[in-house]
Amino acid sequence: MKRKLAFACVAVASLALVLGGCAKKAEAPAAKAKAYKVAFVYIGPPGDLGWTYEHDRGRKAAVEAFGDKLQTAYMENIPEGPDAARIIRQYAQEGYDMIFATSFGYMDPMLEVAKEFPNTKFEHCSGYKTNANMSTYFGRIEEARYLSGIIAGKATTSNKIGFVAAFPIPEVVRGINGFTLGVRSVNPKAEVRVVWTNTWYDPVKEREAAVALLDAGCDVIAQHQDTVEPQKAAQERGKLSIGYDSDMGKFVGDSVLASPMWNWAVYYKDVIEKGMNGTWKSEQYWKGLSSGVVALSDMSAKVPEDVKKLVNETKDKIASGSLNIFAGPIADQGGKIVVKAGEAVADDKQLSMDWFVQGVVGKVK
Amino acid sequence: MELITSILAIALRAGTSLVYATIGETYTERAGILNLGLEGIMLMGAVCSFATAYYTGSIVLAILVALAVGAAMAAIHAFLTITMRANQVVSGLSITLFGSGFASFLGQRLGPESNNHRLVGLVGPRLKPENLPWLSDIPVLGALFEQDILTYALYVLIPLAWFYLYKTRNGLNLRAIGEDPQTADAMGVDVFKAKFLYTIAGGALVALGGAQLSLSYTPGWSENITGGRGWIVIALVIFSMWNPARAIWGALLFGGINAIQFRLQASGTTIPAGFLNMLPYLTTILVLVAMTFWESLSKRIGAPAALGNAYMREEK
Repeated sequence: MKRKLAFACVAVASLALVLGGCAKKAEAPAAKAKAYKVAFVYIGPPGDLGWTYEHDRGRKAAVEAFGDKLQTAYMENIPEGPDAARIIRQYAQEGYDMIFATSFGYMDPMLEVAKEFPNTKFEHCSGYKTNANMSTYFGRIEEARYLSGIIAGKATTSNKIGFVAAFPIPEVVRGINGFTLGVRSVNPKAEVRVVWTNTWYDPVKEREAAVALLDAGCDVIAQHQDTVEPQKAAQERGKLSIGYDSDMGKFVGDSVLASPMWNWAVYYKDVIEKGMNGTWKSEQYWKGLSSGVVALSDMSAKVPEDVKKLVNETKDKIASGSLNIFAGPIADQGGKIVVKAGEAVADDKQLSMDWFVQGVVGKVK
Repeated sequence: MELITSILAIALRAGTSLVYATIGETYTERAGILNLGLEGIMLMGAVCSFATAYYTGSIVLAILVALAVGAAMAAIHAFLTITMRANQVVSGLSITLFGSGFASFLGQRLGPESNNHRLVGLVGPRLKPENLPWLSDIPVLGALFEQDILTYALYVLIPLAWFYLYKTRNGLNLRAIGEDPQTADAMGVDVFKAKFLYTIAGGALVALGGAQLSLSYTPGWSENITGGRGWIVIALVIFSMWNPARAIWGALLFGGINAIQFRLQASGTTIPAGFLNMLPYLTTILVLVAMTFWESLSKRIGAPAALGNAYMREEK
């Protein structure tokens, strides 16, 4: 009995160690009297070269822009769930003025803490719950995905494009649909095959999924994952790929045709400035190519000139608002028209999207 | 046919790291030492071997470094649990915490200054699959002979590990230590020396499993490259019922399940992926249940009786 108790204690203690062992880093210039203090909570390591990498790039850009008027700190590898609340609360207690949480699963923990600290400003990425002192922010990455779809649709010769996808949630489904609509706008014969990995970050699984798609005859691999492994897998087979999150071509090579990517600096600089001069308001920020928060990376040398031209023209149309990627007619997987010509998928319907458009092979489940 | 071949090939490649670690842990547990530090040791093996390969260009050296690092980490565990008689669970978990943290740290510090993220994203030398002439032309089973050297080495290691454990005097002593160290001691076996030896050798093999990831399977270093495979190995040791020869089946099952379910998804199947994902874990549970229910079975194939207990010579 005693031993069992001891084991239980050990288990609890070690769990606390695991959860508490997440690296904490404060990058503070020897704090001047009145620096504005901003903290970031990251789901992965900035070295993932993807999602967290881009958020950290945004943080660094803000530091550069504001110099010693701004003091930032971040913690990496924070699990979603109750432990996130502890970290966020800790930052709030330490007197940080604004706290960013950069993953969907931080939503409820952050809301809980936001209610306890009415004078601190909270910013949550990719969720939908707000408070008087808590905003949400996200970008319409599917617009950039649509552009990358055009490139993929032109590049494929087998008319099979593979998509390594993390979780069947609206954010990812929307991206796959945007991508597929882009593909089919230039190549109605092409199909997009989806494989779910059920993980955001697992180099081995992501690669295995990509290899399975390549074995199934796909010659372009796209992804909604946080590492570059699917890109490397495609390159090793002499196939092409579309990156995500960051300009993955920089890490892998010109087999990466282009990457829909995040540019959080635009948002972080803006919202931190508002916090500094007192004009910050709780809002739901959700913008696309026009804002610069999402972008398409530079296209690789392997993309033909005429395709580059087409992509750039389409980019201008989307940015100026003359092209809505979710405008009808759009058919579902069964071929039934679900969005009529002249209509478009409304924002709230996009946020809860749980169906695939025609051309996607796979299931939302 | 082609599908089966490609699944077999991938399952083997994916399972290789698991087999090394499973055999390593089997030997450690046979000596009565439970080492839960696998995840940390594998990560350390992965990062150290990749860094070595990157700087020296030598895969052989990289493998030796992995073995040495694994041995060193296991030696810490051995010292704590055998000499100091610390709780094996606590010590093992600390090795995992230490190993995963230190591996991330090394990943951010080693590597050229010019690369922002140091080791992450670098391309280094890697092991490539080599087809064996004649053998790789056999239908289906040819997949066994389209692998890299670390997988080929398994074909020798598995029978050797089995032979040593069941057919040699040392193996008999090892099994005796795991079952009843007092008796083994009375028989004249140097229990402490043996426990140290097998814990350290086991750790070296575990680290080699990690090195296989960064040198061959997903070449390069990314943080948390093992993605929890160290914990799967602990289930695999139970699954294989502490018999190194059976390690291959569990590893094939765990390694192959992703290969299969991703392929099924890619071909647009109706079998839910979650169901397939569940299978290896379900099998492990079934094995455990069977062992608990049938005493006689569990006596014959069960866990080493003294697993997890610290050994004191004078203790009754």
